[in-house]
Amino acid sequence: MINGPHITKPYVVFLFLVLLLLIPSCARPAKSSRVVSSSSDTIENKGSDTIVNLALAWAEAYQKIRPEARISVTGGGSGTGIASLINGTVDIANASRKIKPEEVANAEANGIDPVEFVIARDAIAIIVNLENPVDRLSIDQLSDIYSGKINNWLEVGGEDRPIVRLSRETNSGTHVYFLEQVLRKGDKNDRTLFSPDTLLMPSSEGISAEIRQNPNAIGYDGLGYVTDDLKVIAVSAGPDGPYVLPSAESVNNQEYPIARDLYMYTAGQPSGAILEYLDWIRSAEAQAIVKELGFVPIAQ
Amino acid sequence: MQSRSWKEFLITRMIKISGYSAIIFVVMIFIFLLREGSATIVEVPLKDLFSTRWYPIEGYFGILPLISGSIIVTIGATLIAVPLGVCCAIFIAEIAPRWVREFLKPLVELLAGLPSVMLGFLGILVIAPAVRQILNVPTGLTAFTGALLLAGMAIPTIVSVAEDSLDSVPRTYRDAALAMGATKWQTIWRVTLPAARSGVLTAVMLGVGRAIGETMTVMMVTGNAPVMPTGLGSLFRPVRTMTATIAAEMGEVANGSVHYHTLFFIGIVLFVISLLINLVAARIVFRQQKRAERILS
Repeated sequence: MINGPHITKPYVVFLFLVLLLLIPSCARPAKSSRVVSSSSDTIENKGSDTIVNLALAWAEAYQKIRPEARISVTGGGSGTGIASLINGTVDIANASRKIKPEEVANAEANGIDPVEFVIARDAIAIIVNLENPVDRLSIDQLSDIYSGKINNWLEVGGEDRPIVRLSRETNSGTHVYFLEQVLRKGDKNDRTLFSPDTLLMPSSEGISAEIRQNPNAIGYDGLGYVTDDLKVIAVSAGPDGPYVLPSAESVNNQEYPIARDLYMYTAGQPSGAILEYLDWIRSAEAQAIVKELGFVPIAQ
Repeated sequence: MQSRSWKEFLITRMIKISGYSAIIFVVMIFIFLLREGSATIVEVPLKDLFSTRWYPIEGYFGILPLISGSIIVTIGATLIAVPLGVCCAIFIAEIAPRWVREFLKPLVELLAGLPSVMLGFLGILVIAPAVRQILNVPTGLTAFTGALLLAGMAIPTIVSVAEDSLDSVPRTYRDAALAMGATKWQTIWRVTLPAARSGVLTAVMLGVGRAIGETMTVMMVTGNAPVMPTGLGSLFRPVRTMTATIAAEMGEVANGSVHYHTLFFIGIVLFVISLLINLVAARIVFRQQKRAERILS
């Protein structure tokens, strides 16, 4: 009933599979100018792990008001979000740092013009174990600790213990902010680097978990991630104080020195559903959620 | 009849294709790695590539700390897993009474199915704090913690494969040894184990292969600090492995950048190391067979 010519079929299928597998490796990446179709009902929102919980809370609240809206939120790091925006696979990229000039250039080469929105502020809390007697540090001391000049808690008024430095991975916007604003104290020409023995943790939770059980450890995290079983250090900009604890107030009146803006980036000027969503995010209602989650709302 | 011969033709062809596809896939993966990673050699001077500082966002692409990190963790895991795994296999195959064996073997194989992220979680919450307190080191997120957990993953693989090969040693070998007055231990050490050598070695290689390629657990518990080892003490310091680096940084890099190419280059290095391990294993197994043939002839 089945004869001759059909016998070649497995070969054809196999060749087809091989070809399918070869296509992605043949296509040169980055050069193609794909443009995202924002006409779809779903708003794709991706990026910063610092923002992801906030973005999820917003998406949930927004979908209650607008049941027809579909918002998909994923984390992955600021760099990942921006890279997806450049590749045209997301509508909104979340970033806990400003977009870099080379990223803008990459985006423009792909025919995408990133537009920036400040959506909240975030204080970066310096955290240590509850048993650690140290309760205040200056930016200079933090810089020396993380660059490897200070290696014992004794040198900053603590017990005789080695310092274990914890940081986020290099793809984290928080890592880059910390490098530029704390290690290099905002000096663009400073080439100070993290000490090579700094532990790079894949998540905020990884940092918290290690600090909870290790009295030697010091780490940093968005204020929204700090829980009661961690000790927050008061930080001063200069060597003589004042030492300030992070809070919404101390960030908004610019007393707390390690705070930064949180951003959303869109591909070109947003319109339609994306614009409505961004407008809502900057409304008083959405900014109340910002405060609930431990971030700092933007001034209305 | 015609339909049957057609079926047979089809089935043999399908089996052949599946067999060849394994080779083709490996070759294609290697070609893909080469085309994405080879650019590194042009973009990063060899002197910088084989230097000791890895900090790609500032242009430091020294991969030595990553290679040594992987090697430390793998050797550590092997040293723990091989003796334990082989002994456990001997116990199950040769010593344990039948009912213990029926109970132990599936249990060990169940362990092999544990998702690595669960082991990593266990590592962060239980093993790392314990390592820090017991060994009195600054942090429990060390190469040693990674090696312990990797050993835990490699042991079920080693036990399962080694036990199968010990089990397939003919009963007559053991009977002959015992008949000549050998003790049970002499029989195991001098007869059963050498007879099953190639299978046991395959088990060890599978275990080592699992250890060097593992990513998730290692990323969670080794601290990911790209430090060059300075001595034996480095086993009790944080390390960063090649796999963890690729996993942690691949999501971030822009397609076609130097960083992107370098991550693929690390992939090539990993591939070559696995290949070398397999070649050495094949060599040893091959030589042993030759010797066995010589003795028997």
